[in-house]
Amino acid sequence: MIKKIALIGNQNCGKTTLFNALTGSSQHVGNFPGVTVEQKTGFIKKHKDELELIDLPGIYSLSPYTSEEIVSIRYLLEEKPCLIINIIDATNMERNLYLTTQLLELNIPMILVLNMMDEVIVSGNSIDIDGLKERLEMDIVPISASKNEGIEDVINAIEKNLNQSAHHIDICHGVVHKAIHSISHIVEQSAQSLHLPLRYCVTKIIEGDDDMYDKLHIDQGDRHIIEHILEKMEEEAGTDREAALVDMRYSFIEDVCQHTVFIESETKEQIRSEKIDRLLTHKYLGIPIFILIMLFIFYLTFSLIGAPLQDLMDMLIGQFSDWVIHLLETNGVAYWLRSLVGDGILAGVGSVLSFLPVIVILFFFLSMLEDSGYMARVAFVMDKALRKIGLSGRSFVPMLIGFGCSVPAIMATRTLSSDRDRKMTIILTPFMSCSAKLPIYGMIIAAFFPHKAPLVMLTIYCIGILVAIISAILLKNTIFIGEPVPFVLELPAYRIPTLKNVYLNVLDKAKDFIHKAFTIIFMASIVIWFLQSFNFTFDFVSDSSQSILAAIGSFVSPVFAPLGFNDWRASTALMTGITAKESVVSTLTVLTQSSSTVAFNQALAGIFTPLSAFTFLVFTVLYMPCVAAFAATRRELHSWIQAVLTVLFQTGMAYLVAFLIYQIGHLFI
Amino acid sequence: MTLDQMSPQTLVQIVAVNGKGLLRRRLLEMGLTPHTFVKIRKVAPMGDPIEVYLRSYVLTLRKEDASLIEVKVVEHD
Repeated sequence: MIKKIALIGNQNCGKTTLFNALTGSSQHVGNFPGVTVEQKTGFIKKHKDELELIDLPGIYSLSPYTSEEIVSIRYLLEEKPCLIINIIDATNMERNLYLTTQLLELNIPMILVLNMMDEVIVSGNSIDIDGLKERLEMDIVPISASKNEGIEDVINAIEKNLNQSAHHIDICHGVVHKAIHSISHIVEQSAQSLHLPLRYCVTKIIEGDDDMYDKLHIDQGDRHIIEHILEKMEEEAGTDREAALVDMRYSFIEDVCQHTVFIESETKEQIRSEKIDRLLTHKYLGIPIFILIMLFIFYLTFSLIGAPLQDLMDMLIGQFSDWVIHLLETNGVAYWLRSLVGDGILAGVGSVLSFLPVIVILFFFLSMLEDSGYMARVAFVMDKALRKIGLSGRSFVPMLIGFGCSVPAIMATRTLSSDRDRKMTIILTPFMSCSAKLPIYGMIIAAFFPHKAPLVMLTIYCIGILVAIISAILLKNTIFIGEPVPFVLELPAYRIPTLKNVYLNVLDKAKDFIHKAFTIIFMASIVIWFLQSFNFTFDFVSDSSQSILAAIGSFVSPVFAPLGFNDWRASTALMTGITAKESVVSTLTVLTQSSSTVAFNQALAGIFTPLSAFTFLVFTVLYMPCVAAFAATRRELHSWIQAVLTVLFQTGMAYLVAFLIYQIGHLFI
Repeated sequence: MTLDQMSPQTLVQIVAVNGKGLLRRRLLEMGLTPHTFVKIRKVAPMGDPIEVYLRSYVLTLRKEDASLIEVKVVEHD
């Protein structure tokens, strides 16, 4: 039977590094049921198919507020792992041990791993491991995960503690102690019958968790008694119940640290970080430096390194397609089947796959920024700008990536620590005009606004940002009503990212992307090809104006009349634009049967007026993103329904804004 | 006096943490408990949030939330 071991710790304590070191390449990434919280599992080295390690989210406490905390506590209580590995940052013992004091209540065997011991020692500080072991009564393993030191010791400790029963020290003292024990007597039986750890139940009750009262079926009489005990405790402690409990935990920790942790000075990394931050979060230079860093990454990703690789990829895919088509031809395969494989599947999947180099490069840089500790500074610097629309500084980076491509932007939301922020960011990111829409702007500007290109471009980008802001305010006050997760964020010391972490992260994103290309995009390509290549009697048509797609285009086209462009070619182009935004241009070219740029511009002038051309642009910026982005949205939201609602919302906003611009513009022109 | 009013490089000691619910719990859990020493380090470029140092680590929080924390000044730099 597979034994489950839970790995848990604060954010920035090196949990992922330890997880990677313990499991190697046997990782599997999924989601915790029902939420967008990522769940990583893997088998511990040398114990394949025996010991499964579950990487719980990086959290600071077990309070059931954020979805990360809820899945962690639910996992620990319901799945009952046979061992908890609690990893803590040894340079920051006090705060890291807070979670430990909560884990102690769960009645699950536990070992404590002190990471970053190298930093502690190099800085001239020390930790009395034996003393700590004695006081906490559990195995303590000092390691330096990034240097791969002590990993064997962790595995040995796991083996040793696997079949031990939980034995935990009682950390309570003072007035809270009395209350805990009195309440324990009252709820003991019902906690036992529900197989819930008693101490955990009691502290939940003290914290005022109403669900726990219901769960334990505590009757009215007992509730009164408990309330009386707590009121008395508050009176004696001189503070409220919540603060008294946190205070009790911290005074226990302070006592332990006073005897075992000897700090002479801040660690070298902390001192270095303060110096780096003098520049990176500087009052005047902080924001310009951040913009420069992002521009540089964008330049490398979308231009210097990314563009040639993307061209190379395009070429390879093109050659592969030609080879396949040729093979089919020489074997006398029917024309429609050749068209399905060539124009449908290979063209569709290929056009998306050609983005792979960009995804890999972008996530390489983003992983570096994340692992180095800079992302937390970005949140610090940009928070004020985003909080007005109900988001926090952390959402800034995904939104910025959205200007390049929505797909990695949506994938990047996984680094956001709150479920609410993550969902809002996923919905809003596609409003940032992505680079695939540039050909559309080029087309319309060349035909209608050749002398006002910069102005039109600027207006288009601003409309996207403005709509995102309005949508955020709208969402904040409707669907995402309620208290956002507080912005109380640790700024970890800057550290050099480990190549292994970066590599595994990039690999993970690349796999995810390829998986998408061969599933949802594969299907979508076939559907669009079918609609484009057949008429309603299912005859193969060579002229796409006779196809089902064109017929649907004609059918929906009146819907766009209030936006100024009631033309089947425009609406068909918008539909093919869903496969990839560049298709809007190619479809319009094909459907207008334009052989030259001049002819194309003239044809466009027949479809649009300058005003309706502009509303068409506005609509293309805002309406549902391409299939690849939709697939990413579905994957990250982990729900088809929510993903469909998201694109309906985006398309609805697009329609509304384009409608308003056309109708108001019409009054003046 | 509250934490948000302090200027950088001031060392303070927490007197009380006000507020309620999730926010207050989070502040307490991050170690901002009464009697804790906190050093104000920096204000973000746009004037908010602030950066503080406590219990050997660096934390950032918004001024609005910091205003819930009552402090007394220990040392001016």
